[in-house]
Parts: sequence; structure tokens; C-alpha cells
Amino acid sequence: MSDARRISSRRRPCLVPWLFISPWILGFLFFTLGPMIFSLVMSLHDWPVVGERRFVGFDNYRVMLTQDPKFWQSLGVTVKFAAIFVPLNILLSFLLAVLLNVKVRGTALFRTAFYLPSIISGVALVMIWKWIYSKDYGLLNYGLSLLGVDGPNWLGDPNWSILAIIIASLWGLGGTMLILLAGLQSIPKELYEAARISGVPAWAQTVYITIPMLSPMLLFTFITSLISAFQQLTIALLLTKGGPLNSTYFFAMYIYDNAFKFHDMGYAAAMSWVMFLIILTLSMIVLKYSAAWVHYEGEVKGGGNG
Amino acid sequence: MAGLRVSGLRKSFGAVDVLKGIDLEIPDGAFVSFLGPSGCGKSTLLRCIAGLEELTEGRIALGGREITDLPSAKRDIAMVFQNYALYPHMTVRKNMAFGLSLNGMPAAEIAARVKNAAEILRITELLDRKPRQLSGGQRQRVAIGRAITRQPQLFLLDEPLSNLDASLRVTMRAELSALHDRLGVTMIYVTHDQIEAMTLSDLVVVLDKGHVAQVGRPLELFHRPANLFVAGFIGSPQMNLLPARVAGQGADSIALALNGASLTVPTAGHHPIDPSGPVTLGIRPDRLEIAADGQLSGTVRLAERLGTENHLHVDLATGGQVVVITDGTHPARARDTVRLRIPSADAHVFDADGRALPRKLDAATEALITETEGPTEPARP
Repeated sequence: MSDARRISSRRRPCLVPWLFISPWILGFLFFTLGPMIFSLVMSLHDWPVVGERRFVGFDNYRVMLTQDPKFWQSLGVTVKFAAIFVPLNILLSFLLAVLLNVKVRGTALFRTAFYLPSIISGVALVMIWKWIYSKDYGLLNYGLSLLGVDGPNWLGDPNWSILAIIIASLWGLGGTMLILLAGLQSIPKELYEAARISGVPAWAQTVYITIPMLSPMLLFTFITSLISAFQQLTIALLLTKGGPLNSTYFFAMYIYDNAFKFHDMGYAAAMSWVMFLIILTLSMIVLKYSAAWVHYEGEVKGGGNG
Repeated sequence: MAGLRVSGLRKSFGAVDVLKGIDLEIPDGAFVSFLGPSGCGKSTLLRCIAGLEELTEGRIALGGREITDLPSAKRDIAMVFQNYALYPHMTVRKNMAFGLSLNGMPAAEIAARVKNAAEILRITELLDRKPRQLSGGQRQRVAIGRAITRQPQLFLLDEPLSNLDASLRVTMRAELSALHDRLGVTMIYVTHDQIEAMTLSDLVVVLDKGHVAQVGRPLELFHRPANLFVAGFIGSPQMNLLPARVAGQGADSIALALNGASLTVPTAGHHPIDPSGPVTLGIRPDRLEIAADGQLSGTVRLAERLGTENHLHVDLATGGQVVVITDGTHPARARDTVRLRIPSADAHVFDADGRALPRKLDAATEALITETEGPTEPARP
């Protein structure tokens, strides 16, 4: 009796913390880990939405990598998009953040204006761009016509369509800009004052002080832009539907089509896992090589020059 | 090396006037402190001299050269910041060399300067470390080292020791003093700590609400404060200040009446002051004596026994309170009634506007406060 009571009273304090943390754990199990494992299982099956499920092992992956030209094409489009979008996104966000960091009248207004596209819905954003890009009635081509330039068919010409999507995507750089702006404001101003007294020119202050001090934020935005570039779906789906001639047929759109158009959930799940592995690998490569150029303020690494 | 002259300097931030007309002459090679409570404008004045703030009005000249409109880099100055302002991603060596290399100085010259500065400050073994791997004191040394490599005519130090712990501050104080002797360069040191200012400086500039309250040698400020502000600010515990009335005055003495007691204070010759206006009598706590024939009587409210001395907080019978420092063995305790004597030679007298009447000092003290060492002939290697 006394033993049993002692055990139960000893156990109770162990249970209570778990109880408190359980909403998160249950949420994670049911909404994150569970679906992930489920999709992994799915990817090993021929899994039509309606009908018989059949275990096929790694067949989905084999077919994808060896017999599906559309897989490679969509991956190519996505890589091309990411290769242009990610650097541009970071560069423009950085330049904007630097401009918005200058203390002038109306700074708050500009900050809001540049962040606005990030809060409006993706669909509304696409509607705006559809109108801007329209060949005959579009704002962009109207503007170009004033300059005497006959604007291209932005969304109908395979040479321009990917660029059109990149530009529309860049419109949402408010989030990246905000992170970099916060980073800029956390750099102690004495560093610049010390540099001014030492006669360090402005360009050198940017290159040797601002960018290194901002490097953790640059790394973070680099990885998050990379991830969002690979997941690009909404804009392409609504703006061009993957066309013309599949020039904007993104990897994520191919997954979407497999799942909801061709009803091949197994294949879509397998593709999702491939995308996950690509993003994971890229992020790990970036993180591994970031040590050379990313500086963390608080971290003390052993061994002299970390 | 060069002296600094500031004339008619005013600085406003919007509607707020921070500096309200500063005139200063700082001799070549001197160690000068800007001392004052927070918000007095001492840091702003330093930043104006550094060229980090634009002047609203006034001129600044360094070594006879007008520098008012020059950018910071061309003023031939170096500055050490309170939070060190080291570039956290660069090694100590790079921190010290960064500015020089960008100004096109030959690598060999930079290496020699860095080596020299590192040896002076004994940080040679730290040269390849990053700032985050250094202690506060080491970081401060690096910041000073970076200033030394510039070989400036004028060093500006903005509260450089205030982020250090107390014992390190004492050590660094001595090192700064030695460094000044060694380099012989004019140094301006901003601090709110009167002990730092008193121990380090050849000259102290006391600032109060954007005005220069007094410029003088440390002991001069202590023994001959020019006004009530300096009298109250310099010295700890603070000087006791008692309201008084003029009972009569001669050319070199003034008779005061305070709460029934009377006292004749010698002066070093003063212009007669308005006898109807209120005056203030100042007496330092260590100069008040407990004596049966004292002019003041009061009750001890609090006796702080510090070992070597006691601080007695006394409520005067006529209102107001004073602090008396006695020998540590004095038996007075709380609720005791004591009589206090003001030795007239130790009293300070301030007129209705708070200006001090020139105080007559004994020969030994006079010699002490006018003694010259340091600023006139700094030791040169």
C-alpha cells in the first residue's frame, strides 16, 4: 500500500508536463508526422483515388527517374526559376531594405507599401498581374507602347512566360525585405561610426560590415527563398496554367496534376518525397558551406578562428 | 600632437538644445576629461569634435587647423567607443588594420603599426582571435589598440571603462594613464565617474545642461568649485550646502548669519555682493567638526560605520540636514545630539546666483592645486 502510493506520487510529476505539452505533440503526430509517414507509404503504392490500391515498391520512383520526360522537364523549369528567382529575391530585398533603413520622411509609408503585396492573397495578386501582363489590354504593354516598344505576349510566349512569373513572384519580397530590414537595424551604429572615423568609404562599409553582419539573415532568407522557389505553384497555376508549351510547368504543378487531375496519388506522393529530398539536400549543402561566410554574434567556437 | 580649440559651439537636436555655447581651450598633450551627469551633453560634445554630429553653430580647430567642416576621417583623430565597436566578424589584427588598409597604407607599414600597438597593450597573443573570444578588458584594449594604429593627433574616449567591472576599471585606469604618458598625445575622455576624471586628468571640464560649469585641474575643482553645481557634483559624499544671510562684508572676508549662528569666512578678495540676497554656505562633510562649542546643533539620524570613517547623517535643529565624516572610532550613534563646528577657513560661500566667492586657501593647498605636471611637458620617447 505504502509502496504503491509512493510510486504513484513519484509518477505524477512526470505525467503533468507531458499533459501540458500534449496539444503540441498530438498536433505534430496527427498533422505533420502522421501525414508524412502516410505519404511515404502512399508513394510505394499504385494508389488511385478511387479503386484498388496495389503495393509496387519503388516502382513509382523508378518510372519517374527513368521513363517520365515530364518529370525532368518540370524539374528543369523549377530549377531555372529558382536559379533566377532566389538571387534576385535576395538582392532586391537587400537593396530595398537598405533604402528603407534610411531615415527620411515617410519611411513608415514606404515600408507598408512594399510589404503590402505579402499580405494580400495569392489569387488577388495573380489577378492583378494577369491584367498587367495582358497582351492587348495590359498595363505593361501599354506602358511600353508609350515608349514606342511593341510589348511581347508576356504570358503566351514561352520565352517570356517564365520571366513574367519570376517578376510576379518577386512582387512578394516584402517578407524577405522585412527580415533583412530587421537585421540591418540590429547592427550597432557604432560600427559605422568607427568606420567613418577610420576613413572607410561607404561601399566598403557595406561590403565589409553590413553584409557580414547581416549574413545570418541572408542565409535564412536564402534557404527560405530556395524552399519557396521549389514549392512555386499558385502563381503559375493561376497565371499560365503551366503553359505555353509547358514553359512554366513547375514541379509542384506536376505533383498537383498527378494527384488531382490524373488521380495517381501514389505517384504524386513519390514526387513530393523527391522534392523534399532535393530541398533537404540543397539546404544542407547551403548550411554546410555557410560556415565560411556566415557570422553569428553570440556563438563562441573553439579553435581560434572559427 | 595638437591642442584643441572649440568656440561658440552649439548643437540642437530639433527643438532640444543640447549644447548651448561651448568655448574650450585644450592644451597640447593634455589628458582632459569631460565630466557631468547623464544628459549634460558631454558625449554630444565629444561626437561633435569627432565629426559624428554636425554642429548647429561654432568652430573647432585642432592644432591651429580648422576642422569644423572636415569629415571625421580627415580630422586626424581616433575614437574609442563605450561598447568598443569592434567588428565582430574580424580578427583582432583585422580590426586594427581594416581602416588603414582601405586607405591604401602599405601592408608592411600596417603590420608594423599593429605590432607596435599590440605590444604596447600586451595583446600580441590575441591578434588572431575574434572579439567574441575576448573578455571585456581585452576587447577594450583592442579598441584602444585600433585607435593607436591610426597615430592620431587627438584621442577621443567615450566612457571607455563603464562596461568593465569595478576591479578591472581600476587596472585599466592606471593603464590609460600610463598610455597617455607614453604616447604624449592629447586625449579627451568622457565620463560620469568623478573618480576617473579626478585620477586621470590634467584638466577636467565639468558640464552642466549644455554649459561648461568649470574648467580646472582636478584639485582645483575640489578646493575651488566655481559654482554650486560643481561644488555639489565633485566630492563624495556631497558638500553640505546651508542657506545663509549676509551679516556684513569686507574686502577679503564675509560675515554670514545662519540660523542664529554667525560665521566670518575669509575670501581671496571679492567684489561686494548684494547683502539682501540669499547666500549659500558650503562645507565638505570631512571638514565639519563635532565640538561642544559648534555653531550648529542636531540629532544623528543615521550613523554609517565604514571602518576607517563614520558617515553621520545629522538632522539640524533648525531644519535641513548635513553629513559629517568622523574618525571611524568616534562613538556617536543614531539619536545622539551633537554640536557641529564649521571651521571658517574650510567654508565655501556662494552668492544668490550660485557663483562662488573666491576662496582663500592656505599656502600648502594653493601649491597643491596649481602644481603643474603632465600637460606642459609630456614625456616623449
